Amino acid sequence: MKLLVAMSGGVDSSVAAAAMVAEGNQVIGVTLKQWSGPDGRLPTAGCCTVADAEDARRVAATLGIPYYVLDYREKFSAAVVDHFGREYLSGRTPNPCIECNRRVRFGALLDRAAELGCAGLVTGHHARVDHDGARFRLLRGRDDAKDQSYVLHMLGQAELGSIRLPIGEMTKAAVRTEAARLGLRTADKAESQDLCFVGGDYREFLRQRFPESARPGPIVDLEGAVVGTHAGTAGFTVGQRRGIGVAVGEPRFVVGIDAATATITIGRRGDLAVAACRVRGVTFVSGVPVPSGAEVSVKVRYRSSAVPATLWDEGDHHVVRFVDPQTAVAPGQAAVFYRGDEVLGGGTIAEAA
Amino acid sequence: MLYLDHAATTPMRPEARAAMAPYLNGEFGNPSGMHAVSRRAKDALEDARERLAHLLGAAHPLDVVFTGGGTESDNLGVAGPALAGGRRGVVTTPVEHAAVLDTARFLAGLGCAVEIVAVDDQGRVDPEAVAASVGPATRVVSVMTANNETGVVQPVAQVAAAVRKDHPNVVVHSDAVQALASRPVGLGTLGVDLLTVASHKVGGPTGVGALVLRGGIDLEPIIHGGGQELGRRSGTHDVAGIVGMVAAIEAAVADRDRFVNDVGEARKRFETALAAAIPDAVFTIDDEVDRLVQHSHFRVPGVDAETLLIRLDTLGVAASAGSACHSGAREVSHVLGAMGMAPAAAAECVRFTFGWTTRRGDGDDAADAMASALEGLR
Repeated sequence: MKLLVAMSGGVDSSVAAAAMVAEGNQVIGVTLKQWSGPDGRLPTAGCCTVADAEDARRVAATLGIPYYVLDYREKFSAAVVDHFGREYLSGRTPNPCIECNRRVRFGALLDRAAELGCAGLVTGHHARVDHDGARFRLLRGRDDAKDQSYVLHMLGQAELGSIRLPIGEMTKAAVRTEAARLGLRTADKAESQDLCFVGGDYREFLRQRFPESARPGPIVDLEGAVVGTHAGTAGFTVGQRRGIGVAVGEPRFVVGIDAATATITIGRRGDLAVAACRVRGVTFVSGVPVPSGAEVSVKVRYRSSAVPATLWDEGDHHVVRFVDPQTAVAPGQAAVFYRGDEVLGGGTIAEAA
Repeated sequence: MLYLDHAATTPMRPEARAAMAPYLNGEFGNPSGMHAVSRRAKDALEDARERLAHLLGAAHPLDVVFTGGGTESDNLGVAGPALAGGRRGVVTTPVEHAAVLDTARFLAGLGCAVEIVAVDDQGRVDPEAVAASVGPATRVVSVMTANNETGVVQPVAQVAAAVRKDHPNVVVHSDAVQALASRPVGLGTLGVDLLTVASHKVGGPTGVGALVLRGGIDLEPIIHGGGQELGRRSGTHDVAGIVGMVAAIEAAVADRDRFVNDVGEARKRFETALAAAIPDAVFTIDDEVDRLVQHSHFRVPGVDAETLLIRLDTLGVAASAGSACHSGAREVSHVLGAMGMAPAAAAECVRFTFGWTTRRGDGDDAADAMASALEGLR
């Protein structure tokens, strides 16, 4: 089978490529050039750097597969970076990895795989795909600590039928062991935590690329009293505690962001708790919505645990009702619905309800 | 394997390999020494210099400066005169190789006046427009002999004449790296003062080139050190490389008529067959425009160049999307942009370049490969 492997230069996609070669597939490795500095070159720090592409190239050479760097900068800028800025400017907290997966990796790159005559696209994500006899299912990765199913919740039946996620069956430790056994130079490589298009401070990035984000305004408490000022709402996240710039004894958290009036509202931890939230743009992996009122578990952030809730269809949006009130519900983040290990679907958090 | 990327680099000619062999084996001397081992290396070096001076129309062998390649020759050819005795200006075009454009940018950063003269939709510069851009601060005009991406030939002799008419103190440089494979190239032939040539584009080894100049032009060196090449380019000579380059250029010049016939026939067959098989294919350069015989530049609407090149590679066909670059990723071409091509169309352009090992039938094979590569795509 002819397969296209998206190789980031990290250990997971390196081992994914190796696994596909070991199965006897005809494998093509690609790295997406998503972002470049003002000089048109790949960044030298953060993720998706020149060094990452070179690591991917060396791994491809070790595996004896053809390797290409594909230019997706324009697509990425329009689909991911502009969305990132727009969301922050609207007072929300976007997850650019989700937009990248939706529009670039499992959008444009999946189309590219077909154009190249490949039967499927392979990535190094920690998640699994299986088929229950009727439909493809998206499942959490075997390694709980590394599970990436949250950022893949937008995949549907068509995408799942054309992708392979071999790393989902492995723990991170097993991935590293396998990479070392194969002599891949990425075996001990540290993981990147940064956004690929933001070298350092993302607030500075926003100020430079979206100058309108630097619109100062008041910080108010829940009674409406002005307790401070800020340099721009972009960069604040609901639930944020550090860096607010207001000292008032007991810890204060961002509980509301109003981009229209450039107002940040702060409160106590207890003020963050919400019993429900509205979710828009919901898709279901199976293509069939779960019945309204279904009991699900929900993740409202990439790195938080799934919590029990019920999911209600309200026509143009869904409502998630948490069994226990939640304190980390930030508009712009994804709410992803699970049943056990299975991803049912998800959407974007609009506001508390 | 069908190799259609000769403008990126081309196989080594046997004459070059044979000429180099002694200097890769027993003859290891540093030509800057005084003993017999050095003398033999020095003799080979100076023999190569004399022959290259003769081939490229230099009045004296010392008007040949050996360098580390075309890029270095362009750097020295532009920055050398501009920085000798001050920080003087440069006039050039937006379709030059990055080796010239980036040098101009560097010089601008040092305070030199830099003028970029626009080109037409075929990438050609107007000699009068170049001359009109020359100011009192200008020292160097640099216009390439032929473009590395499209093969379009510039009116270099007319540019030089137009510039010289009112500005006798301005020197004209031309990058002839691509043209050397199929056109007569020389200081007198082109009417220029400085000329860049590179070894590996005509079948010599990589990493060696030359800047040939009219006597009496001062060059500020850009590589500093032991003072080789009369202080114009320091560093121990790569004798094998230099000897190989000169042998390759001699062979290319001797082989030029055959090259033009065979490559011309291959390209004609390719372009005729492509137009027949893929009627909506768009050739970038109009028929009546003078272009190098080895270049074919075109796009298939709706098919991204990256997709096409990977499909061709899978079929064993090596081609490119314009100029090769450091990361291996395609960059949208500054040449096509300067010609006014929309970015979406530029992203579809591919370049087939034929060379000295091309057989006439390769043109038919290239067109067949295009048809196979596009199968099922549209």
